[in-house]
Amino acid sequence: MEKGFVNSIQTLGTLDGPGVRFVVFLQGCALHCGYCHNPETQEMAGGKEYTSEEIVQKAVRYKEYYGQEGGITLSGGEPILQPEFATEIFKKCHQNGINTCIDTSGSVITPAVEKLIDETDYVMLDIKFTNNNDYEKYVGCQLSKPLEFLEMLNKKGKNVRLRQVIVPTINDDDDNLLKLSEIVKKYSCVKKVELLPFKKICKTKYDALNREFLFDRFDSANLESVKKLQEKLNNLIK
Amino acid sequence: MTSEKWNGFKPGVWQDEINVRDFIQQNYTEYKGDSSFLAGATERTSALMKKLEALMTVERQFDGVLDIDTETVSSLTAYEAGYLDKENEIIVGLQTNRPLRRGLNPFGGMRMVRQACAAYGYKVSPKIEDEFKYRTTHNDGVFRAYTKEMRQARHCHVITGLPDAYGRGRIIGDYRRVALYGIDRLIEGKRLDKLKLENTVFKTEQIRLGEELAQQINFLGLMKEMAAMYGYDISGPASNTKEAVQWTYFAYLAAIKEQNGAAMSLGRVSTFFDIYIERDLKNGVLTETGAQEIIDDFVMKLRMARHLRTPEYNELFGGDPMWITEAVGGMGEDGRTLVTKNSFRILNTLYTLGSSPEPNLTVLWSTALPEGFKRFCAKVSADTDSIQYENDDLMRPIYGDDYAIACCVSAMKVGKQMQFFGARCNLPKLLLIALNGGYDTTSEIEIGPKAEVIADEVLDYDTVVKRFDEYLSWLANLYVNTMNIIHYMHDKYAYEKSQMALHDTEVERLMAFGIAGLSVIADSFSAIKYAKVKPIRDEKGYIVDFDIEGDFPKFGNDDDRVDLIAKEITHKTITELRKTPTYRYAIHTLSVLTITSNVMYGKNTGATPDGRKAGEAFAPGANPMHNREENGALASLNSIAKISYDDCRDGISNTFSITPETLGRDEEERIGNLVAILDGYFAKMAHHINVNVLNRETLIEAYNNPEAYPNLTIRVSGYAVNFHKLSKEQQKEVISRTFHEAM
Repeated sequence: MEKGFVNSIQTLGTLDGPGVRFVVFLQGCALHCGYCHNPETQEMAGGKEYTSEEIVQKAVRYKEYYGQEGGITLSGGEPILQPEFATEIFKKCHQNGINTCIDTSGSVITPAVEKLIDETDYVMLDIKFTNNNDYEKYVGCQLSKPLEFLEMLNKKGKNVRLRQVIVPTINDDDDNLLKLSEIVKKYSCVKKVELLPFKKICKTKYDALNREFLFDRFDSANLESVKKLQEKLNNLIK
Repeated sequence: MTSEKWNGFKPGVWQDEINVRDFIQQNYTEYKGDSSFLAGATERTSALMKKLEALMTVERQFDGVLDIDTETVSSLTAYEAGYLDKENEIIVGLQTNRPLRRGLNPFGGMRMVRQACAAYGYKVSPKIEDEFKYRTTHNDGVFRAYTKEMRQARHCHVITGLPDAYGRGRIIGDYRRVALYGIDRLIEGKRLDKLKLENTVFKTEQIRLGEELAQQINFLGLMKEMAAMYGYDISGPASNTKEAVQWTYFAYLAAIKEQNGAAMSLGRVSTFFDIYIERDLKNGVLTETGAQEIIDDFVMKLRMARHLRTPEYNELFGGDPMWITEAVGGMGEDGRTLVTKNSFRILNTLYTLGSSPEPNLTVLWSTALPEGFKRFCAKVSADTDSIQYENDDLMRPIYGDDYAIACCVSAMKVGKQMQFFGARCNLPKLLLIALNGGYDTTSEIEIGPKAEVIADEVLDYDTVVKRFDEYLSWLANLYVNTMNIIHYMHDKYAYEKSQMALHDTEVERLMAFGIAGLSVIADSFSAIKYAKVKPIRDEKGYIVDFDIEGDFPKFGNDDDRVDLIAKEITHKTITELRKTPTYRYAIHTLSVLTITSNVMYGKNTGATPDGRKAGEAFAPGANPMHNREENGALASLNSIAKISYDDCRDGISNTFSITPETLGRDEEERIGNLVAILDGYFAKMAHHINVNVLNRETLIEAYNNPEAYPNLTIRVSGYAVNFHKLSKEQQKEVISRTFHEAM
């Protein structure tokens, strides 16, 4: 049986996929996004070891709450870095009639990751920025990576939600919206695009880890402005 | 019996016998749509509400009591007719002669009346003082019969909040009967029941019943007189919606003029009223706006109900509650939903009149409820924090489909069952008394069986369990006997004549016991079992604190290791209680509910083995202790759902607070997610949940600036309150509770 490393479990997630979600935050991420709000999950080492069966047994305890849309979400960290573990969890969830979702940055495609996607009902994919410079500077990978990932998801006919955190002065401009809308229009698998406001409540986590919160120099995003951007984007992709 | 007032109704056995359920089943119209048909408040309603709000503002300025009539003993016909605005009211009737003026009800006890008057700068009139010199009150009777041990248990707060100095409440008259049948038919029925006693052997039971029936008949007559003072003849059935609501309200009004019970619940009237509304709509004599207006006016009256209480009482039951609980929705035994358009209208009053703690709107939730109604409930919850939910799928198989809720979580068949209310015992305190071999370190008295103080350096789980069980057995026996005295005396000196007249003569009685501090005691046992708990002793050798090494599972994390301890404790408690017979063959029931008394219980309890400090508040009801939930909201719900309703037939209260952002990104998502959470929780066979969707910051602002938040309503244990009406101490405790939020 596959084993994997888990940072934490949140039994009620409503922002991590459709409906009510049982969210498992896996340990470890290859990227180092400046605004990451779960810095404690980045280190590859650490977390608590679980078998896939243990995770599924927990998820089953909340089956009654999932309703029509809800289910399990693997988040992180980066769930596609533990693809065998994740795939086994999803297979067993499907045997138990539980909907599956991953929350990923889509930075790598391997045969194992493709297998995982085959067991995934819903994908939340970050398109963190729409130009390669920002991607390299703030994320540490190429923009082409998530786009290739999206291409793969589209071929497989998955349901996808794109997400982007709006950071004032970096990507709160019309140019970004336009580029994002072009990506959306290109892929029919995208069912929804979500703009999220950059927040700094995670600063305490960085302090606790004795790490510098690199994005502290940016202002938090204004909720109303992000709402307006979202409306604009919705109009662009209508 | 037939009546032309019943034209258009489908006939049934309800015509030949008093059977409101049958009338409802034959005549109601299910509604499976959404809320789009609802009308808003009329100008009249808004103007009247404004007038009432102005009075409530003045009431607030006078420490919560606008006025007291110290000259009159409250009863059905004791006051002249009173009005809020005679020309513009649709439904009439006040408890006293003026709105928000409180009456005196000394039948439960004179001492409380005196103290309550004094607390607000009033004095009981010499006339009433003199009259009650020659009258035994319920309180007098109880204290004559109490044993020394009962007084001690009360004094040291191991059993507290007992209804031994005021009305016991928790009885729901079937107020609908007055509207459907009229008073004369009800008197006729009671006369026939009394006739049946003619040839029996008269022993205690028969004598008591004979006298009670005579009193019931007398008070049904007084109800008619009271209505006549307002210009209504309620001797026959109501002929239209307005009359049906008015007749029902008169019956309820009679009850609250006669009794000052802690909880004076309304029952289940919405769907009953809907039958009259549908008939009037069909006949073209009422519009949707008109229907909402009648319900609004009725609810406004309910929001004006008041009883006079002492400050000590408010410590137990904060926020001046009446528990005018109305059960809404639910499913019928035949599979049809009991949701009607009027189920929506009564919830809609939270918009037409603004949010409010009263009436205590209680949705009987079934996973089979129509989607439109589920979504409307969730929306109202998210907007107003004013409704609670109870599991119809759990209760319907036990109580049928015409039950209602008394107070917060106490189910009973309307008109067929009544309850002897019994507050609660303090189990964490009992554990400390047990460890100390019959000594309470807080009040410094000896109580319970004598034993050696547990001498172990590290507490041993099996030893502690054995010791605790012995003391639980002792307390359960004392508790039942105490309740027997209280209810014997209440029947004798403060019998509920109006309410019992609206019950079947052969009524089933429930005796409701309760426990406080369930999560504290479960975590305490868990700590003793899974961590290392070393007692700290004072100079006399008594255990006063604990040193805890290591971690242990805590209730609220869906961890069976501790959750099953909590379940086992409730099972043991009810099992022990059942060993002592009850007054009038009442059925023993148990609740896990604290109202706001969790603060006071905590204050009177020393440090506990779970690490809770001396004096620190307990969690309310069956809630996990504050901020010990580490796996999120659903884990917490699952833990509570494990407590068995078979052990706790008087209800298991859970108060759930979640921030709007955690529930979903927008209103649409929040509604869908709340519906899913409620469906899931109740599919787990959980019993009850109060839902608050709000931010802690709002409460902190309201704590600092009460004037700015006069209508901020929140759900506490089993009821809702205006936040500003809680004491500062209670407010702080509410703020300190767990708010489920996503990081």
